[in-house]
Amino acid sequence: MVEYTKKIQETAKRLLTEKKVDAVIGYRRGTLPMMNEPVLIKEAEKTDQLYWDSFCGVNLANYLPKRKEKLAIVAKGCDSRNIIIDIQEGQIKREQLYIIGAPCTGMVDRRKVWTRLGGKEPFAVEESKDQIVATGNAFKETLALADLLQDNCLICQHRNPVLYDELIAEALPEQKEVDPYEDVRAVEAMDAEARWQYFEELTRTCIRCYACRNACPLCYCPTCFVDESKPQWLGKSLDPTDVRTFHFLRAFHCAGRCTDCGACERACPVGIKVRQFTKKLNRDVLDLYQFESGLVLEGRPPLDVYRPDDPENFIK
Amino acid sequence: MIEKILSKDELSSWLKDLGKSFEVYGPVAQGDQHLFAPLSEYDPDFTFQNTRLSPKGLVQPASERMFHFSVDPENPEAHILKEEPPKTQSCIVAGIRPCDARAYDLARINFITSDYIDPFWKQGRDRLTLMGLGCNQPCSTCFCTSVGGGPFDTAGLDLLMTDVGEGYLIRSCNEKGEGLLQKAPGKTATEKEQKQADQIKREAEAAITAKISTENLKDQPLMDLFNAPFWDEVQFACINCGTCTFFCPTCWCFDIQDEVHGNEGIRMRNWDSCMFPLFTLHGTGHNPRAEKVQRVRQRFMHKMKYYVDKYGNGVACVGCGRCVQFCPVNIDIRRVAQLMNDYKA
Repeated sequence: MVEYTKKIQETAKRLLTEKKVDAVIGYRRGTLPMMNEPVLIKEAEKTDQLYWDSFCGVNLANYLPKRKEKLAIVAKGCDSRNIIIDIQEGQIKREQLYIIGAPCTGMVDRRKVWTRLGGKEPFAVEESKDQIVATGNAFKETLALADLLQDNCLICQHRNPVLYDELIAEALPEQKEVDPYEDVRAVEAMDAEARWQYFEELTRTCIRCYACRNACPLCYCPTCFVDESKPQWLGKSLDPTDVRTFHFLRAFHCAGRCTDCGACERACPVGIKVRQFTKKLNRDVLDLYQFESGLVLEGRPPLDVYRPDDPENFIK
Repeated sequence: MIEKILSKDELSSWLKDLGKSFEVYGPVAQGDQHLFAPLSEYDPDFTFQNTRLSPKGLVQPASERMFHFSVDPENPEAHILKEEPPKTQSCIVAGIRPCDARAYDLARINFITSDYIDPFWKQGRDRLTLMGLGCNQPCSTCFCTSVGGGPFDTAGLDLLMTDVGEGYLIRSCNEKGEGLLQKAPGKTATEKEQKQADQIKREAEAAITAKISTENLKDQPLMDLFNAPFWDEVQFACINCGTCTFFCPTCWCFDIQDEVHGNEGIRMRNWDSCMFPLFTLHGTGHNPRAEKVQRVRQRFMHKMKYYVDKYGNGVACVGCGRCVQFCPVNIDIRRVAQLMNDYKA
């Protein structure tokens, strides 16, 4: 996907020069391998900073809520779905946006690269077509991109942006054959005690830095329930009950809204499988309401409206 | 100063032996990361580069009980804060990196002053003996040599270990370390072995390619930096999570909380982060750092300007690179330091 870079730069330059937008939100090349930094470009002369490769995993829709200006934004499939949610939930207006759609072959999970390299630190990682070349202290390894993708990208069924003003590459075939909920079924099959242990183990290393929440485009509440101090709903320590309450309540707040973009899991500095908290809820919303979030601008999300024929057999 | 050579087996048995009189902590592999954990429960793995979380928590835990109290109306001592029992168990931190050891010295300035002594921090720190492990292979994100340290810096250590292949050359850095090392197994290091260790040190220092400049920070007018236009650009990507501050070995801020269960309560302090809006929220509802840009600026200004001006002791950063590696959106303190150092109003 590195070839997108030039096209993104040209598009951004054109939009800024023609004054179609006030600024462009994209990525610029990171200061270390396998990281890129979200950036806001306001001047046409600075559009050459814009960059694209398979390490653009940050969901840029996270930078939209409450912005006032007219913006162009680079959007993968998942970003575009979160842009739709931002519009539906009144965080930004469609007229404010020019969406530069980027069909996405999946983003790399740098932890998988680290694992593949067996602890050796890559000093440079270069991408070409379907592989990356990692070089470090006396080693050079070529790895296939397909083996390194984020878990959510492996099962992604919306690689193409669903809402855009312009596509910078031809649309990709969608991955029709994937089984997105295999892991959810495995958890459902556990008995209560094993399931409890499973979630207890998942949250064990949490340090409550809130990177998962803050990287999530859905978490734009002015004050999160964990930060409320009058009254204070939740203890502030690493007490396991408080840690679990944070993760699980946040997940419930994302039910029917989560696009499984993987931003939470990608941001977690201690490797928590954060998507395990949201995926079951995504599947439930799909089963109960035949609804997938962020696919159409029209209508309201199912947990946002009451319909007399809403399923209620889960109320016991 | 004494220098001894211990084989890897000898180090292992020495640490076990020390475990009889000390709680010994060391780097332990857990999942894809390392952290400092008691070696009475886990086996150490000295092949790590940096632990994910710094050993800051051994002195200032993420959550630390300070007092307990009762709220039982029948209890004549209700609402009287009782101090938690002091931490008296002596500990050895084996394999602490020189940068992390130096971080304790930077934090000491805050916790132990001529006016106040923080008893919890002091107890936590005084009980530690630091058996450092030099970094033969620094990370690409390490910049300790730019901020007054080095991969084999002995400043904060009692002992320094150098991995010389078949074993470790262990050097005492002060009397406390010497006393300990005298009783260690192994042989006195030969001149050849000392030279080998020196060579490893020189190579490691040369391997540190990341550099930052800090020489202008002291003379930069404070308000010029505070009002500099680059903060707007620096802050854009920030998501205001606590990764940088929690991973930072020199970030010391905490928040005091009371928790009551039934009639029993505790007063504790937890790591806090200047990245969080709640950090500065006043009881009135006013928040002097309500905007993200103010919080991002605060973190860098504290480390690179306020601390520099207040203590005349350099920057409040030991160059461990954790914030650089784990910031989810690639905000790089090396880049920001450069912007601050080079800025001309």
